[in-house]
Amino acid sequence: MKRNVPLLVAIIAGFVMIVAYFIPYTESWQDKVSIWFDVLASIAFILGGGNLLKIQLKKISEQSAGWGYAVITAASFLVMLIIGLFKIGAPPHQNYLHMSWSGDYSETGTPFWWLYEFAFKPLQATIFAMLAFYVASAAFRAFRAKNVEAFLLLGTAFIILLGRTAAGPYLTNWFPDWMSGLRAQPLTDYLMQVFNTAGSRAIMIGIALGTASVSLKILLGVDRSYLGSGDE
Amino acid sequence: MKNNSMMWLIVMIVGAALLGLRWTLASHGFGKAYVEVTEETRYRIPGEKVYETDDPIDMWVTEAAAAKSGVDTKSIPADRIRIRTTTEGASYSDYMTAQSATPPAGGAVPSTTRYEFSVSRTVGIWFAAFMTLFVMTFLIGDNPFYKVAESIFIGVSAGYWMVVGFWSTLVPNLLAKIWPDAIRHWAMPGLSSYDTNEWLYLVPLALGIMLLWRLSPKGGWISRWPMAFIIGVFCGMRLITFLAADFVSQIRTGIVSLWVNAPQLAADGTVMHDAAGNVMTAFDFWLSLRNVFLVVGVFTCLVYFFFSIEHKGIVGKTARVGIWFLMITFGAAFGYTVMGRIALLAIRFEFLFDDWLWLIDPKGVHTIADATSLVLPFFGLG
Amino acid sequence: MLEFFKTLDRRWIFLLMGLAVAIPILTEAKFPESAGSLSQAVFNEIEKLDEGDKVLLAFDFDPGSEGELGPMATAFVRHCCEKKLKMYFMALWPVGNRMIEENITKVIKADFPDLVYGRDYVNLGFKAGNEGVIKIIISDMVQLYTTDAAGTAINSIPMMTDIDNIRKMDLVINVSAGYPGTKEWVQYAVTRYPEDIRLVGGCTGVQAPLLYPYIPEQLPGLLAAIKGAAEYEKLVLDKYGHRDTDGALVEQGKYLEGQRRMGPQLVAHVLMVLLILAGNIIYFTERRRGGQR
Repeated sequence: MKRNVPLLVAIIAGFVMIVAYFIPYTESWQDKVSIWFDVLASIAFILGGGNLLKIQLKKISEQSAGWGYAVITAASFLVMLIIGLFKIGAPPHQNYLHMSWSGDYSETGTPFWWLYEFAFKPLQATIFAMLAFYVASAAFRAFRAKNVEAFLLLGTAFIILLGRTAAGPYLTNWFPDWMSGLRAQPLTDYLMQVFNTAGSRAIMIGIALGTASVSLKILLGVDRSYLGSGDE
Repeated sequence: MKNNSMMWLIVMIVGAALLGLRWTLASHGFGKAYVEVTEETRYRIPGEKVYETDDPIDMWVTEAAAAKSGVDTKSIPADRIRIRTTTEGASYSDYMTAQSATPPAGGAVPSTTRYEFSVSRTVGIWFAAFMTLFVMTFLIGDNPFYKVAESIFIGVSAGYWMVVGFWSTLVPNLLAKIWPDAIRHWAMPGLSSYDTNEWLYLVPLALGIMLLWRLSPKGGWISRWPMAFIIGVFCGMRLITFLAADFVSQIRTGIVSLWVNAPQLAADGTVMHDAAGNVMTAFDFWLSLRNVFLVVGVFTCLVYFFFSIEHKGIVGKTARVGIWFLMITFGAAFGYTVMGRIALLAIRFEFLFDDWLWLIDPKGVHTIADATSLVLPFFGLG
Repeated sequence: MLEFFKTLDRRWIFLLMGLAVAIPILTEAKFPESAGSLSQAVFNEIEKLDEGDKVLLAFDFDPGSEGELGPMATAFVRHCCEKKLKMYFMALWPVGNRMIEENITKVIKADFPDLVYGRDYVNLGFKAGNEGVIKIIISDMVQLYTTDAAGTAINSIPMMTDIDNIRKMDLVINVSAGYPGTKEWVQYAVTRYPEDIRLVGGCTGVQAPLLYPYIPEQLPGLLAAIKGAAEYEKLVLDKYGHRDTDGALVEQGKYLEGQRRMGPQLVAHVLMVLLILAGNIIYFTERRRGGQR
C-alpha cells in the first residue's frame, strides 16, 4: 500500500502520457492527466510556502543562529500571502462592483502590486545582477590559458565579448573584402552557428539519451529511489 | 577587520555626501512618483440571460453602456458608484504641464483625468532604491543589511508564488470545476453560468491534500501517491519528447552533405540558369567546410562522451578533438553569460540613476537639466 | 608591482566593473548597431504575417532577467501592434503575468489606444504546470484557459471564439529566461506539430548557445541576449519608427532601451577582456620567473 500503490500510480500516469503519442483516441486521457498535473503544480507552490514557513518557525522557536532574519522572512511571507489571498486593498472588478472578491489581487496600485514592484522586483533583479561583479573577479583570478583547451575557451570568449558589441566591427572592419570572414560579425556568427552548434548538439543528444533512460527506468519500476527508503 | 570598518565608514560617508549633494542640486527634488487618475460613474444593470437556466449576475457599466441597455441613468441614484482608476507611468512633466495648464474658458466641463503626486509610490521608489543598495553592500562583505534584504526577498517571493498559484490555477482550474456556481458568485463572476460540477476533479483535489500532508510530522508516506503521479507524468512527457526533439531531430539535422554544390550567382546577384533552364551549380568550398566542421564536431564530441571505451589511440585522439569543440562551446557560453549579467546590472543602475536620483532621463519623464549640468562636470563627464 | 596585482583586493575589481557600467549610463553613451542574420530572421517571420493574423506571445521571464529580455518584449509588442496582428499573451512563469501587464500598459495602452481588449489583444495570464501547460494547449486550449487573466469567461472574449488550440496561431513568439522557456516550446509544441506551429524566440545569454542546434529547422529565428534585443529593436524602428522632417529618428526612450544598454555593455565587455589579459600576464610572468629560479 505504501510503496506498491505509488509505483502503480507513476507507471499508469507515465504510460497514459506515452500512449497518447501512438493512439490518438487516448489524447483526451492525456489532456486530463496533464491538467491534474498542472493543478498539482500549483499546489506545490503552497507546499513550498508551507515548508518555508515551517523551517522559519522552527528556527525562531529554537532561537538558533540568525533567528532574527527568520522572523523577517516569515513576516514578509505572511504579509505577502495574507494581502494576496484575501485581496486586501484590491478594488472589486469594475463590472461587478457589488462583489468585493471579484477584483484582481495584483492590479496596479494594490498593496500586493506595491510589494511586487518595490520589494520583489528590485531585490530579485539586483541579486541576479550581482553575478556581473563576481564574473569579473573570476575572470581576473581564475581564467588562465594554461593549455590548448583553455586557450580555445578564452579565445572564443574574447571573440564573442568583442564581436557582440560595437568594439568588434570597430576593430575588424579594416579587413579587406576577400578576408571579410574575419570581421567581427561573420566570425562570431560562424563560431556560434558551426562550432558552438556542433558542441551543443552533442551535449543535447547526450542529455536526451540520459533523460530517456532515466524516465524509462522509473516507468518500468527499475529505479524506485523517488519512493524513498523505509516505511515513513 | 579594521580595514573593513574603514571601508564601511567611507562607503557610508561618500553615499550620504552624494545624496546630500544631489538634494541641494535638485530644486525640484527627486525620487518622486506621479499617477494619472481617472474617475467615472458606473451604473448597475441586470445581468443578461442567454439561456433559460442562466443565473445572471448584475453588472456595473459606463453611462453609455447603461443607456444602450435602456437603463435611465438619472432615475437610479442608489445604483451608481463613482470609481477612481490610477494608471502608472504618469511623469513629473505630465504633472507639471497639468498644474500649469490654464483652465478652459468659461469654466467648462471639468476634466475627469488629472495627475497626482503619489505618496505610496514615492515611498516605494525609495524603499526599492535602498533594497537595491542593501543587496549591493554584499560586495563589501557579508553584513546585516544584505541579510535583511535577502530575508525579505525569500519571504516575499514564496508568498508571491503561493498567491499566484492559488488565484491563477487552483481557483479557476480546480475549485471552479468542482463547484462552478459557488466560485462564480464568490470571486469569479466572469465564469459561464452553465458550467456543471465536474466531480472527477475531486481526484486532483484529494491528491493535492495528500501532497500537503508532507508538511505534517507524521504520515509522510501519504504524499508518495501524488509525488509518484507527478514523477510518472513528468517521465512520460519527457521520454518521448526528448527522444523526438533532442535526439532524432538533432541526428536528422546533423546529417548534412559534406560536398555542397551551391547555385551560381551572376554579377547582379541572380541565380544563373543553363540553356535548358536548369539552375547552374558549382562546388562551394566554404559551405562544404562548414558542414564538415558540423559533422566532425558532433561526431568527435559524442566520441568524447562515450565513456565505455578507454580514450586511447584513435579513440583518444578523436575525443581530444571533441574536447576542443566543447571548449569553444563553453567559451561561447561564457561570453554570452557575461553579456547577460552585465545587462542585468545595467538595468539596476538605470533604476537608481533614472527613477530614484533623476540624474538621467532616457525615457523623457522628468526634468534633469539642472542636475546633469552640475553633477556630470563635477565628475569630469558630460 | 606584480605582488600588488597578485594580491589585489577583489573589491577593486568590483569597483571597476561598477564604473564600467555606471559611467556609460550616466553619459548616455550610444554606439552604432547593425542586425545579424538571426535577428533579421525573427523580424522577417513577423514581417511576413498579414493584418489580423494571430500571434501567441508567451512571456516566460521575470524581473531577474528583465535587463536582457524587457527590451525584446517591448519591441515584439510594438512590432505586432504596428503590423495590426491579434495578440494572445500568456506566461509559464508566475511573474510572467506582470511582464505582460507592464508591456500592455507601456506599449498598447500608451501608444496604440485604438486597440481594444478582447478584440485585438487578450491576456490569458499565468498557469502553473510548466511544460504540462504547453502539452494541453497544443490540443485543447479551453480546458485549461477557462478565463483570461482578469477572470472573464474565455467564451465571451470575441477573439477567442475560433481558438481551440494554439495550432490556430500563425506564429508563436516566446521570450524566455530559462525553464520553462524556448527549449520547452520547441520540444512540446514545434516538434509535435512542425507543420502547424512556427516559433521564434528571444532568450537570455545563458540559454542562447544551447538553443543554436534547433536553428533553423525547429526555431527559424532567435534573439540572443541584449545584443539580439538591440538588433531587433533597430530593425523595428528602422521600419516603423517616427521620424522628423529631416528623416531623423524621433522615438520615445522606452523603445530604445536595448540599444541604450549596449553602451554599458561595450565598456564592460572591454573591461572583462582586459581583466582576463591582465590575469594571464601576471600568471605567465610569475611562471617565467619561477622557471628562471
